[in-house]
Amino acid sequence: MKKTASGGTLRRVLALLRGSGWQLVLALILSAANVAGTLYVPIAVGRAIDCVVAPGQVDLAAAARALSGALIAACGAAALQWCISDLFNRMAFSAVRDVRRQAFAKLQRLPLAYLDAHPSGDTLSRIIADADQLSDGLVLGFSQFFTGALTILCTLVIMLRLSWRIALVVVLLTPLSLFAAKFITGRTKTLFTAQSRLRGQQTAYLEEMVGEQKLVRAFGMEARASARFDEENDRLRDASLQATFFSSLTNPVTRFVNAMVYAGVALVGALSAAGGAVTVGTLTVFLSYANQYTRPFNEISGVIAELQNALACAARLFELLDAPDETPDANAALPTPVSGGVRLRDVSFSYVPERPLIEHLELDVQPGQRVAIVGPTGCGKTTLINLLMRFYDVNGGAIYVDGTDVYSVSRKSLRAQYGMVLQETWLSGGTVRENLTMGAPDATDEELFEAARACYADDFIRKLPQGYDTPLSGGMSLSQGQRQLLCITRVMLAKPPMLILDEATSSIDTRTERKVQSAFAALMRGRTSFIVAHRLSTIREADVILVMCDGHIIEQGKHEQLLEKGGFYAKLYNSQFEQ
Amino acid sequence: MQIRRTKADGSVKPLLPYLQDYKKESILGPAFKLLEASFELIVPLIVARITDEGIRTGDTGYILRQCGLLLLLGLLGLAASVTAQYFAAKASCGFAARLRSALFSHIGTLSYADLDRLGTSSLLTRMTSDMNQVQTGLNLTLRLLLRSPFVVFGAMVMAFTVDARLALIFVGAIAALFAVVFGVMLTCIPLYRRVQERLDGVTDRVRENLAGVRVLRAFLKEDGQVAAFSGDTQRLYGAQTFVGRISALLNPLTYVIVNIAIVLLVRGGALRVQSGNLTQGQLIALYNYLSQILIELIKLANLILTITRSLACARRIQSVLAIEPEMRYGSEAADTARFGEIEFDHVSLRYPGAAGDALEDVSFRVEPGQTLGVIGGTGSGKTTLANLIARFYDPTSGKVRLGGRDARDYAQSALRGAIGVVPQKAALFSGTLRDNLRWGSESASDEELYAALETAQALPFVQEKPGGLDFELEQGGRNLSGGQKQRLCIARALAAHPRILILDDSASALDFATDAALRKALRQLPDGQTTVIISQRTASIRHADCILVLDGGRLVGAGRHGALLKTCPVYREIHESQFKKEAAQ
Repeated sequence: MKKTASGGTLRRVLALLRGSGWQLVLALILSAANVAGTLYVPIAVGRAIDCVVAPGQVDLAAAARALSGALIAACGAAALQWCISDLFNRMAFSAVRDVRRQAFAKLQRLPLAYLDAHPSGDTLSRIIADADQLSDGLVLGFSQFFTGALTILCTLVIMLRLSWRIALVVVLLTPLSLFAAKFITGRTKTLFTAQSRLRGQQTAYLEEMVGEQKLVRAFGMEARASARFDEENDRLRDASLQATFFSSLTNPVTRFVNAMVYAGVALVGALSAAGGAVTVGTLTVFLSYANQYTRPFNEISGVIAELQNALACAARLFELLDAPDETPDANAALPTPVSGGVRLRDVSFSYVPERPLIEHLELDVQPGQRVAIVGPTGCGKTTLINLLMRFYDVNGGAIYVDGTDVYSVSRKSLRAQYGMVLQETWLSGGTVRENLTMGAPDATDEELFEAARACYADDFIRKLPQGYDTPLSGGMSLSQGQRQLLCITRVMLAKPPMLILDEATSSIDTRTERKVQSAFAALMRGRTSFIVAHRLSTIREADVILVMCDGHIIEQGKHEQLLEKGGFYAKLYNSQFEQ
Repeated sequence: MQIRRTKADGSVKPLLPYLQDYKKESILGPAFKLLEASFELIVPLIVARITDEGIRTGDTGYILRQCGLLLLLGLLGLAASVTAQYFAAKASCGFAARLRSALFSHIGTLSYADLDRLGTSSLLTRMTSDMNQVQTGLNLTLRLLLRSPFVVFGAMVMAFTVDARLALIFVGAIAALFAVVFGVMLTCIPLYRRVQERLDGVTDRVRENLAGVRVLRAFLKEDGQVAAFSGDTQRLYGAQTFVGRISALLNPLTYVIVNIAIVLLVRGGALRVQSGNLTQGQLIALYNYLSQILIELIKLANLILTITRSLACARRIQSVLAIEPEMRYGSEAADTARFGEIEFDHVSLRYPGAAGDALEDVSFRVEPGQTLGVIGGTGSGKTTLANLIARFYDPTSGKVRLGGRDARDYAQSALRGAIGVVPQKAALFSGTLRDNLRWGSESASDEELYAALETAQALPFVQEKPGGLDFELEQGGRNLSGGQKQRLCIARALAAHPRILILDDSASALDFATDAALRKALRQLPDGQTTVIISQRTASIRHADCILVLDGGRLVGAGRHGALLKTCPVYREIHESQFKKEAAQ
């Protein structure tokens, strides 16, 4: 089962290279030529050495011929090697580029349910670290595996042809180094597992202590934190020492096997040469092959480990690529202009089937109405927003905008009609200007400044080091309130017919909030607005207040009506002013 | 954006002291490796003897003995290199552990401004993957860096012992080889840096898309992002293939150089053999030495690549270590009776790189045991003021006095012990409730903790938790609600009995009734601590002995609630935005 799965991964990795098929074929042909050249050089040198036996037994002309052959072969092999590296680099890097692009495009199609459920660090490492590992594995794997295997094969054939007796020594002894390497890696696996477990623990501790460093400082915890860190750190050091030492035994051991091969070749070769079965030049060729022959074996075992790692990483990448897409989108666009009537009919939704959240929700919002959504944490306010924006799809029922079923039109055409300010003030790493014009790329500077002024953002933006062109990445840290003002300006500039404000003003102080609210009031005029807020003062002016509890709308009406009613809302409201 | 004093642009020498305890290992490791290499250098000589004496005379016994010698050299080499591996592993793991420990402690001394600038994620990278890379690099360096040049030069020296005239070819070849190796390496290093930068660009784009997925989809930015990402990856591809092309020159060039040397050697050797100055076996020995050089150079090239990468990581670590703590602390203890007196004397603070002052010319004074309220708009400098009281930053100009003394005169431990801070963002840690509450005071008894919890209005829900104080929190306190976390953070600060308690908008998730109960309990504490309450709600600070009203970093009003309502328009506006309409109803 597992075998076929990794077989499937391998096939898909190979499929990534399909686009560069001719390059692969060319690279393989060139590799073969390269191997032939590389192997020919020692033979030519051996021949030259056979021309140089002793005083009076030197054939200079023949030696020169053999040597020029060696030189041509060496130069040819070198040139080919460079071309091969470049070809393999291109293939591997473009394969990774392509798979990254696929993964990124996939990100845009994944349902929010997937992205909300998977830690973003994990998804990030799939697209970055795993893809890198894949490319390393591909470069190393393809270039070395093929040349390695070919070198072994050709060397074997040549050695057998030169002298089967000496060749036998090489063939019989070399596998020892593979066994030794395998034996050692098998033993060190548990040591590596122990090391990575300790590393994981240390990273978790670091995340807390470095992440909340200011707090550590405020409590003078530095020394205590360091002491605890050192304890774990020493454990990690010891585990690391074991893993590193035992795994680094591979090299000495395989080299010892090489030395054995070398001695064996020297013994059998010298004895044969003494008996006249081979020339001294042939013995030289063998000795240089004995050195070369074992190297690809070691390399290939390294490559196999690298390839396995790469395949594991590829599998993680493919897992991301294989995650189901959003439900297919309709092609039709929402008819514009939208006046903003929103109707929910019998809507049911839950994140997990076992825990129903919204059930049989009915809602009717007239164009231009201001709807405030109130209720305790977890009552479904944010969920309602998710459904309106179609970040999530309903499990049952239907949502209509201006009488059009939103599931019969494309998500984009629906979302284009909403302006959204969320609790989490997300801004891109671009400049302030780029961020603000996100929803209105064609806005003029005048419009931009006007919107910023209306949202009380203009003042502080101008105080930034480069004003509107200040990049928001790197060291630029804005206060939470400033970030929120930018998010509000961003929507202000886009002028959509419908608005969604989720706790939009929660981290702005009431005074600024009041100013922003009057700006919002202007923006909201004639626009359907959904406002989620814990702070009751922000929603007093709503046309309709929806009081939600456990996924249901338990009360609905204007502020005064609800107060008079003396229900849930009245209780919530009054609790704010108990002294 | 900011010009920083990082004196660590090149050298990683300052990291060497961390290797101090492993001096023995760092010398013995390479030494044993060189011993192994010396054994290897003897091999061609033995082969020469086998050729010249064994084969020529057909002496089987001699050949057997010499081959036995080869095997013995192999065994000795094995023993030497296993020893070397052990020392190298010990030194590199030990070094990395020391460095990690040092960096971790160092992070504990960085100023708030530096922490802001460096950011959590880059510090974490320094502590984890950079460290691992450095450990690997050092391990390889100890094992191989000396070995390869040793074999190269050793082979040359051996060549001189065989035939001084032909050995000159070695000198020329080695010079050419080193020129090539270093030429290619030096060209590649900046190019690799460029690859890394472009990879960072790709990473940033993905991270941004993951974090901002809702906004990007709401603004229909999917296609634009895909196109931009396509550009990012293409640029990365370009940089990768370019540097690949140049670094791929290395092996073919060294290969060609060595083979030219071989051709020259055999040609020259033929003449020397002809004239009787050299034997065939000696010629073979020289040839074998050249082959050894080639093999070592290929290893060296790969090694240098790894080491270059490790050096870049080491440099990044060093650049953090090189940041000197900006804060200098005095040695005064916090005098308990008077410490709670806070005085600002024309205090201004400008954050590094900021265009304007975060706080400008603020003066006020609070007596021990009083309650200070601070209110103001977004970016008005409230948190800055709190940071100055706690001496997380030093003022750009003016003086902050605590208990009548310059805050800079106090020892760090005195300040931290006497000032309790409850930050805006409630942060707790994995571990038991007790562990978390004991942050400020390791020795606090359960009774003290319960008392602190009671004051913080947290006792009822803690008692409901399974295990009470032994209740296990998940990372970041995820298994608690926002309000619960805030109250625990307050209790954590109270458990240390601070002389000054700073609540930085840290009751925002509490409902008004709990907030009021909390403030009442704080007033009744027997500690007589000075309490600083920062809030956006006038309700939270109206009973304070003194209220500071901040606006754009300036103090625009100071006094009691009633007086401020009359004299301070900003305060009145804030208050009315929260109360007037209700009052009118």
